[in-house]
Amino acid sequence: MSAGAQSFRLPAGGRIDRSSPVGFTFDGRAYRGYAGDTLASALLANGVHRVGRSFKYHRQRGILTAGAEEPNALVQVGLDRARTDPNRRATQVELYEGLEAQSQNRFPSLAFDLSGLTDRVSPLLPAGFYYKTFKWPAALWMTYERAIRHAAGQGRAPGRPDPDRYEHVHAHCDILVAGAGPAGLAAALVAARSGARVIVADEQAEFGGSLLSEPDGRQVGNRPATIWLADILAELSTMPEVRLLPRTTVFGYYDHNFLGLVERVTDHLAPADRPGSLPRQRLWKVRARRVLLATGAVERPLVFPDNDRPGILLAGSARSYLHRYAVAVGRRVAVLTNNDSAYRTAIDLADAGVEVPAIVDIRVDPTGPLVDRARRLGLTVMAGHTVTAVAGKGRVAGIAVERLSPDGRTLAPGVHSRVDCDGLCVSGGWTPLVSLFSQSRGRLAFDGAQAAYVPGTSVQAEHSAGACRGTQGLGACIADGHAAGMAAVDQLGLTVRRPADPAVDDPEEGPARRLWSLPGKGSSGRRKAFVDYQSDVMDKDLKLALREGYRAIEHVKRYTTAGMGVDQGKIGNMNVLGIVAEATGAPIPEVGVTTFRPPYSGVAMGTLAGRAPGRFLAPVRTTPMHDWHAANGAVFENVGQWKRPWYYRRGGETMREAVNREVAAARASLGMLDATTLGKIDVRGPDAAEFLNRVYTNAWSKLGVGRCRYGLMLGEDGMIKDDGVTTRLAEDHFHMTTTTGGAAAVLAWLEFWLQTEWPDLKVFLTSVTEQWAVISLCGPSSRQLLWEISDGIDLSAEAFPHMAMREGRVADIPARVFRISFTGELSYEVNVPAAYGAAAWEAIWTRGRAFDVTPYGTEAMHVLRAEKGFIIVGQETDGTVTPGDLGMDWIVSKQKPDFIGRRSLFRADTVREDRKQLVGLLTESPVEVLEEGAQIIEEEVPPAPPVAMVGHVTSAYHSPNLGRSIALALVKGGRAREGQKLYVSMPDRTIPVTITSPVFYDPEGARQNG
Amino acid sequence: MMQIPCPWCGPREQQEFRCGGEAHIVRPADPAALDDAGWADYVFMRRNPRGIHRDMWNHVHGCRRWFYLARDTVTDQILAVYKVGEPPPEVDADAPGTAEPGR
Repeated sequence: MSAGAQSFRLPAGGRIDRSSPVGFTFDGRAYRGYAGDTLASALLANGVHRVGRSFKYHRQRGILTAGAEEPNALVQVGLDRARTDPNRRATQVELYEGLEAQSQNRFPSLAFDLSGLTDRVSPLLPAGFYYKTFKWPAALWMTYERAIRHAAGQGRAPGRPDPDRYEHVHAHCDILVAGAGPAGLAAALVAARSGARVIVADEQAEFGGSLLSEPDGRQVGNRPATIWLADILAELSTMPEVRLLPRTTVFGYYDHNFLGLVERVTDHLAPADRPGSLPRQRLWKVRARRVLLATGAVERPLVFPDNDRPGILLAGSARSYLHRYAVAVGRRVAVLTNNDSAYRTAIDLADAGVEVPAIVDIRVDPTGPLVDRARRLGLTVMAGHTVTAVAGKGRVAGIAVERLSPDGRTLAPGVHSRVDCDGLCVSGGWTPLVSLFSQSRGRLAFDGAQAAYVPGTSVQAEHSAGACRGTQGLGACIADGHAAGMAAVDQLGLTVRRPADPAVDDPEEGPARRLWSLPGKGSSGRRKAFVDYQSDVMDKDLKLALREGYRAIEHVKRYTTAGMGVDQGKIGNMNVLGIVAEATGAPIPEVGVTTFRPPYSGVAMGTLAGRAPGRFLAPVRTTPMHDWHAANGAVFENVGQWKRPWYYRRGGETMREAVNREVAAARASLGMLDATTLGKIDVRGPDAAEFLNRVYTNAWSKLGVGRCRYGLMLGEDGMIKDDGVTTRLAEDHFHMTTTTGGAAAVLAWLEFWLQTEWPDLKVFLTSVTEQWAVISLCGPSSRQLLWEISDGIDLSAEAFPHMAMREGRVADIPARVFRISFTGELSYEVNVPAAYGAAAWEAIWTRGRAFDVTPYGTEAMHVLRAEKGFIIVGQETDGTVTPGDLGMDWIVSKQKPDFIGRRSLFRADTVREDRKQLVGLLTESPVEVLEEGAQIIEEEVPPAPPVAMVGHVTSAYHSPNLGRSIALALVKGGRAREGQKLYVSMPDRTIPVTITSPVFYDPEGARQNG
Repeated sequence: MMQIPCPWCGPREQQEFRCGGEAHIVRPADPAALDDAGWADYVFMRRNPRGIHRDMWNHVHGCRRWFYLARDTVTDQILAVYKVGEPPPEVDADAPGTAEPGR
């Protein structure tokens, strides 16, 4: 056999451009093909069938199909580490000059594969082998998994960031047509003529579907098929409301006719020819009023021994290679079939001068026009026979043919004949592609005559047309497309004249014979008849799963992994169902069918990410003072979407040193904190105070204008939801603050109550988080500094007490100054319009130098508040904590008859004495800082599991003001345990701790109130 | 992804909305009068039917209004949309609903 320069290319014909030769490499070897070739057709033209090793047994595998359903020819395209693209189907890779492709899943080389040994030991590797063998001990699973994955190998991910650009496009249309074969185009033409806005998408470079694989003489109506196709495309391309999307796969069908499409814009061009102005791929998100599915059908193989040898192709695919690419899949090609359609391939191959030594037909008495035509051509039809063995490992060299017994389950006695051949075309019938219909949640129906699932009941606004709903014959598919187009147009309320259905010569086809698993010779241990090529699942694996008690088809699928490869079992699933049905004696519809899920075929992660990776992945919120922080050594932490200074590094400080310095300064003289991120809601209206009464646990009616109050919000379950200080600006006007992370959720929650439960309350809520910049001043010098830079505010302790607000000017900027404290120090929060935030910060920084002002970050803030035992919602609380648990009964009104969550505070579970309560923890060693989240137990030496957990650490820091570590914790019945010793459980030891009050510093509050 | 017809803004993508769960759960007028079981029923218990369900939705990335819709939990077809305060319309699970978006 020669593998010379395109020696399998026919001298004429095909849709390739012979004036544009193209050079490419496969596994480092140079070949030539033509523009219009796929990688697969070009390899076949050069006599290359073997393109990969199988997933589990590392058997040599060849090109099986000519389309998206290809299970074997998965290749790595491009050797550039940033752009290399794994798992591409050679049958879909368009050839370009300089294309570099590699086979996958072979080690160290395709021809000599060490792991191929697994093929010889395969009797030891049945279905579920990995589950059974490697599951135990669990600790070793990771090691096994790595070795197995290496052996399995499904291509290589790129090793560098993706340099390409991907776009997302949103589109709406009246009718989306998925698939531009005869049915899809017929439907698209009807839709377009009605004036509807139409999108036509097809995964191939060229529209036409199966028409592209028809021989030259094929007629549609009174025209050659190619002219019929060209005429339709010409008409569609002139219509302004029609968008034609070639190289575009409809991969997902979601709720309410929302569909995902991926358009490969420049993949077919040599990298150097890809225009920089174009993205590599586009993700189309289409909302269609009606969807027209014309996705066609794929052929299924027959299950017989060694049915996976390179050189074995599906019959229809061999016909595609012959007519579309002018490639013969061999010099002497036999056919094995259970139906009439494969006779077309035999006839066309013979017409093209390829020797066809035998048509092996498992049917006892095949008849019909196609069979007759084959016989008239002098082809040998071996009726009632099957292929029992295939010679040649890297390429078919011959087949053994034997007669079937009458029931087809065994072989009839007699001698076998050997047929020499270098190719074998197989057909087990056709499977309509119902993936998208099934994704749309439409219910499938079983068509017994075709032994296939077809669309049954629609759930969404969709129509199926052509081969994807089991229609057979070119003429019937075109008529079906017209009908579906008319139905869709009618549903839209449009009108159009139905085009005449063209007359097409489609020879009648006789019935097929269903033998799901063909008999062979020898021990079943040696038999290797594959059902799912990609997952390496054999017919006997399915039978083993059934013997082991798996009944539901979804379980059989998961146990054997049938249908779980990247091809999602497109060609194998029907055979799986047939074999299971046969083995269990149940009719196929009772076996059930596995669920099709998006994507129809793989979509690159880059395409899904679009323009959003890196810094565009999530919005980043910064305060007006952000640039100052960045210029002054701030290390930022993410709080929700906000960037907040975590601490400011000076010189070569460690984080601990920086935080200690900031914490000490805030108590010794003056600290300043950017508190802009605090959520702020403007609450206004005559019923504002009543509204606050209902959403907070404490009372608000009597709060004076200009006074502030701390509030807790509960859910109806009585658990703490959020907290913050709210200030009365006027009788009907409040300024509410929330936690940084909870701002949006609190606003939505408050709106929920106002809109749905209390629409009678006259209250308006407005988010003003971003309207105000907030600078928190903390420390004994804060009043002095404010006195120097503010106007119009009496700062004396009597005139401006703790928990009050005054308006005036700070650094000549209009400001609201709140005297509130989250640190236990004398403290003011200066609010200025956001546009003045940076100026106010700069002014305070400059004038504060005289007081040794120290900017501090969130870590220092956390330490300062923990020293005072102040909680942080989300740190000391986790949605299971009541005010009582935190010792905050003082803030729960006893007078108010109701507020959100009040009734829950009297439920049996919330009044338990042994609920987890907030306490302080002190370690024996003052330098030991506990781990937040660590569990607390009662025993120094943990007993045998299960060990009772009595609580957990919620916050732990080193406190420079106390000169030791401190921690807050939630401990069962904790308040009654003050002074007791407990143990914090760590992986290697326990740490003894003593329970204390959660307030470590200035419990009388003299400092903040002074 | 559903296309939800906001009664204020018109049809919009689902990602603009947040679902608030079962609609028409009325807060008891006098919670203190309820026993634990009665209160727990209001706070915790929700229906999870196969078929028609009335949801609350908030157009969080739009008008920020809460509204109601009747949805078939099997097919996600939206059978009715209505504002707070409007009487809940009768719906028929077999009606075509909004199978066809954009109308």
